[in-house]
Amino acid sequence: MMSLGAVAGLSLGSLACTKAGMEEFLQKHFREMTEDEKKQVIRRLEERYLKKYGKKVLISTQPAETGVLWGYGLDLSRCIGCRRCVYACVKENNQSRVHPQLQWIRVIRLKKGSLINLENAEHYYNPETVPEPGFMYMPVQCQQCENPPCVRVCPVKATWKEPDGIVVVDYNWCIGCRYCMAACPYKGRVFNWAEPNLPAAEVNTEVHYLGNRPRMKNVVEKCTFCVQRVRQGRYPACVEICPTGTRKFGNLLDPNSEIRYLIENKRVFRLKEDFNTDPKFYYFFSA
Amino acid sequence: MEAWRFFRQTVKMVFIGTKVYYLWCAFLLTIIGVAIAFYVKQLDAGLIVTHMRDQVSWGLYIGNFTYLVGVAAAAVLLVIPAYIYHFDPIKEIVVLGELLAASAIIMALMFVLADLGRPDRFWHLIPFIGSLSFPKSLLAWDVIVLNGYLVLNTLVPIYILVKIYFGAEPNKKFVIPLVLLSIPWAVGIHTVTAFLYNGLAARPFWNASILAPRFLASAFCSGPAMAIIIFQILRKTAGMKIKNEALFKISELIAYAMFINLFLLGAELFKEYYTGTIHLAPMEYLYQGLHGHNSLVPWIWSALLMNVTAFFIFLIPKTRENLLTLNIGSLFIIVGVWIEKGLGLIVPGFIPDPLGEIYEYMPNITEISISLGIWAFGLLIFTFFMRIAIPIQRGDFIHSRYTKPTARPQYERIEP
Repeated sequence: MMSLGAVAGLSLGSLACTKAGMEEFLQKHFREMTEDEKKQVIRRLEERYLKKYGKKVLISTQPAETGVLWGYGLDLSRCIGCRRCVYACVKENNQSRVHPQLQWIRVIRLKKGSLINLENAEHYYNPETVPEPGFMYMPVQCQQCENPPCVRVCPVKATWKEPDGIVVVDYNWCIGCRYCMAACPYKGRVFNWAEPNLPAAEVNTEVHYLGNRPRMKNVVEKCTFCVQRVRQGRYPACVEICPTGTRKFGNLLDPNSEIRYLIENKRVFRLKEDFNTDPKFYYFFSA
Repeated sequence: MEAWRFFRQTVKMVFIGTKVYYLWCAFLLTIIGVAIAFYVKQLDAGLIVTHMRDQVSWGLYIGNFTYLVGVAAAAVLLVIPAYIYHFDPIKEIVVLGELLAASAIIMALMFVLADLGRPDRFWHLIPFIGSLSFPKSLLAWDVIVLNGYLVLNTLVPIYILVKIYFGAEPNKKFVIPLVLLSIPWAVGIHTVTAFLYNGLAARPFWNASILAPRFLASAFCSGPAMAIIIFQILRKTAGMKIKNEALFKISELIAYAMFINLFLLGAELFKEYYTGTIHLAPMEYLYQGLHGHNSLVPWIWSALLMNVTAFFIFLIPKTRENLLTLNIGSLFIIVGVWIEKGLGLIVPGFIPDPLGEIYEYMPNITEISISLGIWAFGLLIFTFFMRIAIPIQRGDFIHSRYTKPTARPQYERIEP
């Protein structure tokens, strides 16, 4: 306990040198902040980002709309494994580019004939052109489970499911224990093992507090279906960039949405359904 | 003021000693110093200075944590055979067991802290002040039971020691219920720690019902094995009175525990290998290597060899009752269980990862140094505990009214 105190003291000491540092140290859980407190935090963060990146970053805290539950469709017969989605996501969501390189989407390459056993999945492949004969590609990202194991295990409630079904992280509340990463069956979470390496020129300034705002070292992060976009009526970046129309997105509660059409008319399945995580990410084969 | 004298004398006992004592402390402090340097670097640069990555997101720190929770649990469970078999210095065994448990818990908590990305946000874990997710998160359970156990295991020995110092009998009505409470609590901390891993469906290697029983069985091996070594050191250096018969009895108990541990391992191996589903992969990685990746294979086979050898050493009366073979067996178990429950438990949980990727993890110099530093810190704390507890128990360090002012305090002869 002495050591715990000492370390807490040490980190407190280094942080508390500035007023902003002290405020950050004492900052409350996002869901427990009043509107005023949120505004204060946003102001402080925007100042910090301005100093760090020389850019005015606009941080939204736009809440979920009622009557919306986001769902995702992915057409495995169309995906060609080009991984444009991976890089569009990185750009949109301000991930660390190198050391560590963080990506929220992983497109695995599977030999045709095997889909469920991922043990033979290939993660690192670099052909001249895609698609390659004999292979299929399966993009995997956070499946936005209705019953998310990552949320259940978090010891400090730093991650939760929003009313529109998106699982988010309060980067300022995460203690970096990585229990959520151990709990996720989809590898949906990545960790900022070091201070994120985000070139100032590449900062996306349209951000959401619970989504793509620049992160700090030693906290976890994950796909949020581009919460900053979808709550403003736009598609997630990966849907927009996909050259083959593999990716579909919509409101599961809207009977006329494309995603509902897919679920009703295509033969969809969800990854690792046997885990009862109830993902809102539907894979299907249109052909 | 007697309290002031007590305090002054304890400080003196900790700071004044023989050359060997100073050397021992200097040795530990050096290791701690190196660890602090590495930890400062880790705090500054982030956990990237370790070999942990997204694929294997826990490593040496959490392995040590798991092992030490077992040691802490077993140290207190030693009280049961001490009662049943009427080991001679029963009060000493209670105090020693609980102080060993306290030291192990302190180390375990420090390992969690070393692993924590944001120790500055440690307060988020404090109930009512932060937002501890109890009862949903097993880690929240662990925070509560481990800290409770730490309080329990410092409270009881301190109470007993202070009472003895004042020349009074400890109040049994107060001590016995607490000691009795610490026994199921010991089982509890290790069960909760097992459930921490056990509850993750994403990790088939841990998601086996056998995990908690195996944790307890192996803890019953490593904890008492450590006690056997410590008892002998204290007997030599601090004049602690413990008979060989007690050590032999403990080693016999270790043989039973090791039998259960090996049996449970066999049950697990049978199920995984005979059914041979895709969930066999982590086990295969550990024991045979998977797709050419096999860095844990030599480790786990050494562990198995050490555990089986120790089992026979402790099973056969002749080798069990020979101090040389007894100590070899104890060391084998300490190391064997450490491998089995440290890297051998944590790392295969992550290999292959949920999407089939294999990232081979081996701790680097940063992780090893910080881990050694935490072990050294725990040993130092335990040394200090013993430095004070043993003279009190032997009646050398006692209330001033029982000592002649001219009498030279005996503790100055004491070595660690």
